[in-house]
Amino acid sequence: MAEKSLMKGNEALAEAAIRAGCKCFFGYPITPQTEISAYLSKRMPKVGGVFLQAESEVAAINMVYGCAGSGIRCMTSSSSPGISLKTEGISYIAGADLPCVIINVQRGGPGLGGIQPSQADYWQVTHALGHGDFHALVFAPASVQEMVDTVTKAFDLADEYRMPAVILADGLLGQMMEPVAFEDVEIKMSDASNKPWAASGHGGKRKHTIINSLYLKPDELENTVRERFARYEDVKAKHTEAVCDYCDDAETVVIAYGSTARLAKSAVEAARKEGIKAGIVRPVTLWPFPVNEINEACKNAKNVLVVEMSMGQMVEDVKLALNCSKPVEFYGRTGGIIPKPAEILAKIKEMGGKN
Amino acid sequence: MPEFKRPHALADVTTHYCPGCTHGIVHRLVAEVIDEMGIEGETIGVCPVGCSVMAYDYFECDMLEAAHGRAPAVATGVKRANPDKFVFTYQGDGDLAAIGTAEIVHAATRGENITVIFINNTTYGMTGGQMAPTTLPGQVTQTTPYGRDTSNEGFPVKVCEMLSQLDGVALAERVTVIDPANVRKAKAAIRKGFEFQKNKQGFSIIEVLSTCPTNWGKTPVEALERVKTEMIPYYPLGVYKEGAVR
Repeated sequence: MAEKSLMKGNEALAEAAIRAGCKCFFGYPITPQTEISAYLSKRMPKVGGVFLQAESEVAAINMVYGCAGSGIRCMTSSSSPGISLKTEGISYIAGADLPCVIINVQRGGPGLGGIQPSQADYWQVTHALGHGDFHALVFAPASVQEMVDTVTKAFDLADEYRMPAVILADGLLGQMMEPVAFEDVEIKMSDASNKPWAASGHGGKRKHTIINSLYLKPDELENTVRERFARYEDVKAKHTEAVCDYCDDAETVVIAYGSTARLAKSAVEAARKEGIKAGIVRPVTLWPFPVNEINEACKNAKNVLVVEMSMGQMVEDVKLALNCSKPVEFYGRTGGIIPKPAEILAKIKEMGGKN
Repeated sequence: MPEFKRPHALADVTTHYCPGCTHGIVHRLVAEVIDEMGIEGETIGVCPVGCSVMAYDYFECDMLEAAHGRAPAVATGVKRANPDKFVFTYQGDGDLAAIGTAEIVHAATRGENITVIFINNTTYGMTGGQMAPTTLPGQVTQTTPYGRDTSNEGFPVKVCEMLSQLDGVALAERVTVIDPANVRKAKAAIRKGFEFQKNKQGFSIIEVLSTCPTNWGKTPVEALERVKTEMIPYYPLGVYKEGAVR
């Protein structure tokens, strides 16, 4: 067991990226994720890696495109308004089947919004992270330790499936300090050696490679998209994750992700102490969405409560997952306000009499 | 007497370029330089969006296709990860001097060790001849049907003049390929750019005044004449900056 140290979420995540074999980081300052850049600007030169502050979010994600296209493990990070700027590049990365990791330490929106924690980018990250037919892997860790552990998984799956992976955090996870341990991880595919598709210079040993998302013939484009979506089915089958607690006999199942899930779990445990049969499902992957896990957890439920730091962006996915077989209600705060366990508990109690 | 043949780095395929377009000449010059330096296997090219969007099929080195204007950022990502490889971008005027202005200025000022081949033909060719940032005052295009009016559309961007002010630039040179003497000068400039890159001495840009007979509504010969009589007076040829920055 590795020794634990107290670290801020953003810094722990940055350290984890280096330990996961991330060779290059391209970023741009934005609150509340700036500590990731600041940390990597100190550490990357010491480990022979690259830290580069780009002129814009747009440039940063395109540097990732180039770096990933040459087969090197790389990452960028930002917060909500910056992610909007990156979406063009993310679409090209998906279209060219390139692996990379993108961090979103969410803040309130729309527009400049605020700088306090939020989960209002759910729709964007799960449904429309750029133009065109594609998905990104989306992980929603709920603690600093889980952020650390997710980084390696995100890089490995991005490389395995040749697709972008997003770690969706929020200002709360990024800014808080928790004890964290860094286990030794096996670094796979951090350079071009296992990537025959990479544009890294053919050295006279093979035909040239082309990193590209342009297909002017409709049937060719359709084929590439279908091939990508076939890969997505494999991801769904093998890498969908959720954590369920107290669900076996739960009459009210709360569904929440990220830091909100911890607050909701406190509310569920308080409800249990009062004899209320409440349970909680925490989606660990938001794409793929844990449809089966939610159905299994809700099989005895009379009703379902979705809790988010937004106006209820995950609610529709939960309803679709359940095929509207259970009543689904919502409680949330937005604008940077963190819902209190007591507020969630009050909502659970209010739902107690309903079915 | 050396035999005149296709450079190895230039793919043996038919290009989609219009008759009289000078892209083919410039592609060939880049490929000749790559051959002569023996660096095809260590070279990675980045294509733009525009007429040369499919240049990835025309070079035998590894290639990446970038989003519109982002080629210098993509090239930066490749180069930072592979500092010992040769990286070039090939961009048109809309790509480089309009939508990609931030990317080219910052790649230049960082002194990225990349070589930029910049095709200035004063129009957006691929989309059918709209006003480019380099369109000359008075020039008629699809979106300046009464001629570019500087009181409304402002003035052309003079890229070499602008970038030569930046400390990270090792080479900013404007050339053309309208006759054999100028083709030789253009090739020498491209070679110089790759040599600066080889020695890790900073950013290099070679601006090539080029033709677009199709969208200019001219024959290939008339188009070459227009470069001489209208473009060169506004965009003088020559070296705007030369010297290692590191």
